[in-house]
Amino acid sequence: MDLNFTATEESFRAEARAWLEANVPHNLPSGDTREGFDLHVLWEKKLYDARWSAVSWPTEFGGRGSSLWEWLIFEEEYYRAGGPQRVTQNGIFLLAPTIFEFGTDEQKATFLPRMAAADDLWCQGWSEPDAGSDLAGIKSRATRDDAAGGWILNGQKTWTTRGAFCNWVFGLFRTDPDAARHSGMTYMMVPLDAPGVTVRGVERLDGDEGFAEVFLDDVFVSDDLVLGGVNEGWGVAMATTSSERGLTLRSPGRYCAAADRLVDLWKRQSKIGTADPSLRDAVAQSWMEAEAYRLATLADVSGLVEGKSSGARSSLTKIFWSELDVNLNETAVRLLGPAGELIEGSPDAIDDGAWMKAFEFSLSGPIYAGTNEIQRNVVAERVLGLPRK
Amino acid sequence: MRFAFTDDQLLFRDTVGELFAKECAPEAVRWSWNDVTGRNPELWAALAEMGVTGLTVPEAHGGMGMNEVDLLPILTEAGRYAFPGPIVETIAVAAPMLAESAPAAIAERWLPGIADGSVIATVALTGQPFVTDAHIADVLLAQRDDRIFAVPAENLRLTPQTSVDGARRLFVAEWDEADAELIASGDEGLRCADRAFNRGAAATAAVLIGLSEQMIATTVAYVSERKQFGVPIGSFQAVKHHLADAELKVSFSRPSVWNAAYSIAHNVPDVDRDVSMAKCFASDAAEVASRKALQCHGAIGYTTEHDLHFWLKRSWALAAAWGDAAWHRRRVAHLLLDQG
Ligand SMILES: Cc1cc2nc3c(=O)[nH]c(=O)nc-3n(C[C@H](O)[C@H](O)[C@H](O)COP(=O)(O)OP(=O)(O)OC[C@H]3O[C@@H](n4cnc5c(N)ncnc54)[C@H](O)[C@@H]3O)c2cc1C
Repeated sequence: MDLNFTATEESFRAEARAWLEANVPHNLPSGDTREGFDLHVLWEKKLYDARWSAVSWPTEFGGRGSSLWEWLIFEEEYYRAGGPQRVTQNGIFLLAPTIFEFGTDEQKATFLPRMAAADDLWCQGWSEPDAGSDLAGIKSRATRDDAAGGWILNGQKTWTTRGAFCNWVFGLFRTDPDAARHSGMTYMMVPLDAPGVTVRGVERLDGDEGFAEVFLDDVFVSDDLVLGGVNEGWGVAMATTSSERGLTLRSPGRYCAAADRLVDLWKRQSKIGTADPSLRDAVAQSWMEAEAYRLATLADVSGLVEGKSSGARSSLTKIFWSELDVNLNETAVRLLGPAGELIEGSPDAIDDGAWMKAFEFSLSGPIYAGTNEIQRNVVAERVLGLPRK
Repeated sequence: MRFAFTDDQLLFRDTVGELFAKECAPEAVRWSWNDVTGRNPELWAALAEMGVTGLTVPEAHGGMGMNEVDLLPILTEAGRYAFPGPIVETIAVAAPMLAESAPAAIAERWLPGIADGSVIATVALTGQPFVTDAHIADVLLAQRDDRIFAVPAENLRLTPQTSVDGARRLFVAEWDEADAELIASGDEGLRCADRAFNRGAAATAAVLIGLSEQMIATTVAYVSERKQFGVPIGSFQAVKHHLADAELKVSFSRPSVWNAAYSIAHNVPDVDRDVSMAKCFASDAAEVASRKALQCHGAIGYTTEHDLHFWLKRSWALAAAWGDAAWHRRRVAHLLLDQG
């Protein structure tokens, strides 16, 4: 057991820290609004220009070829410096691992560099009005058009995060309506500016237009936009969702930085005499939960670099980070007392209402990326081995 | 960076685990409840033979000179088998106290015996009114204000207490300073006590992880067998979620416990915080695991004929020993919030 990083890793950290401290933008409006999204894309391009947007990718695709440890260090430094949400995350952290695993050389060369550079902005199209937790229940279908060399899509996707601002969507479509539920689906990448696509933004709980509905009406998708084999989409999709549950979507750096800000909030509130002493334990508990997630990640990554995958244990990870996030932000809002309900723009809002905003978003964590009820089923069945039926 | 045990550490754990599987099966724990001393000297001798009792004793005193990280997997194994005996007190706490703080003559008097299994040591720091295993101990390491003493067993006056865990043996121990040897005093004495307390808390946390893992494992086995409504009860979602909750708690406590052992072994500046976090999480996890285990067993788990209660009661006792979750959470709160 050795909890020290190497000299090379430490110099990577120093380089990242120096660059981030000099460049991280503060007070960007939410990236889940039109205006904010555009400003976030400018920031993403700046990250890319300095080759920080996708550090773990090979250099030929726009990364730095960094190790998993360096990626974790970068994440820690990014959030420590107060870096904003990553509006490119669905591409860089969720689609890209799938392209690396299943994509053709041509697909890699076409999509990865544009993704790293924030030239293409990706959203995920899994959910449909009648298929949420039961993803295999999707109905959007793709019919073969041999003459044109591709597929004709019809149907509807929903809850598509930042769908109204992105230019590409990836997701599953039913290519064989007669096949069993988990077969007969194909993973496709669809340009949102194609004829027949209509996107309608939907306001989320926090008031941002962060959701969208995507309507597909005879949309043509050429064969080179199919990722993995035809009718093999379920297996390909599962690779993406396990990245989403695990480490790549939500690295510990984000929660450790939030926990440090909570401690700082406690100290500020104490100084002016408004910290409710009965919340001390909750502040400590939140800080410890973030630290526990960091330590669990160090253990997981130690296994990963030696070729031991965490498998279904990623479901435990998803439950843990989403619940710790709710506890942490709920504690912060309580600490604010009467000011807790004040939102962005209200004159007396503390930290410009950021805690209520974060609390609202944290409440979605137990829902997206597979609800925590579904994750508990997975833990029981695939980690503990309990009988399915 | 490598936050994992070495193959050697895991091999040693497996060897000790095999010994426990043979010599510390549930019948042995039941025997311990009913026997007068409740302690099996042959099992302790077998542990000594393997090098377990000497693990933390310096080589110069006949031990293996290893550290908290090496010891941790063994403690977790001891928890898994609900091993009755002073493994935390003698091996995790007393031996390092003597090695780090005692004058050479006192260290040499006790340490070689700990290594070869002939000496059992127990501990009473400030705030610990009940001494475990004093009836079989050869020496008590005790704190009085800022002084730490070694009190030979013949100079102790013992009043037995009765724990809910019938395999535990607790005593109030009285003694006179005239009959004790001074190990350390003043700042050195307080430092010795602080380090001993951290070692005891972290080691107990490691034992709690083993207890929790075993409660989950036996419950998984039980609910996969037991049928109601024509199906295994483990196929009901409510039962699944109870066990998933327990697994979640244990999974995110385990790395904190490893980290606490590492921080003690390497004198990390935040050691107090790391240890308290570990004990807080391990105590909470054991409480959740014990509740869920009992609930999923139903009435059979509510008997003393079934073995489950050995684990439940040991978890209650150890969740509270060496500071309970609330105490350690407050210590973390103090360290985080009251400075700067
Ligand atoms: C902020 C946010 C962002 C999102 N972004 C995207 C996106 O970009 N792309 C996308 O495709 N989707 C996205 N989603 C949708 C998300 O994937 C779904 O909300 C999720 O899969 C749950 O589906 P549902 O909302 O239809 O709920 P339902 O499946 O209807 O579930 C409702 C409730 O019933 C419970 N339930 C359902 N089935 C079971 C079961 N078998 N056992 C126990 N309980 C069960 C659920 O746990 C939940 O509590 C997003 C959601 C949120 C909140």
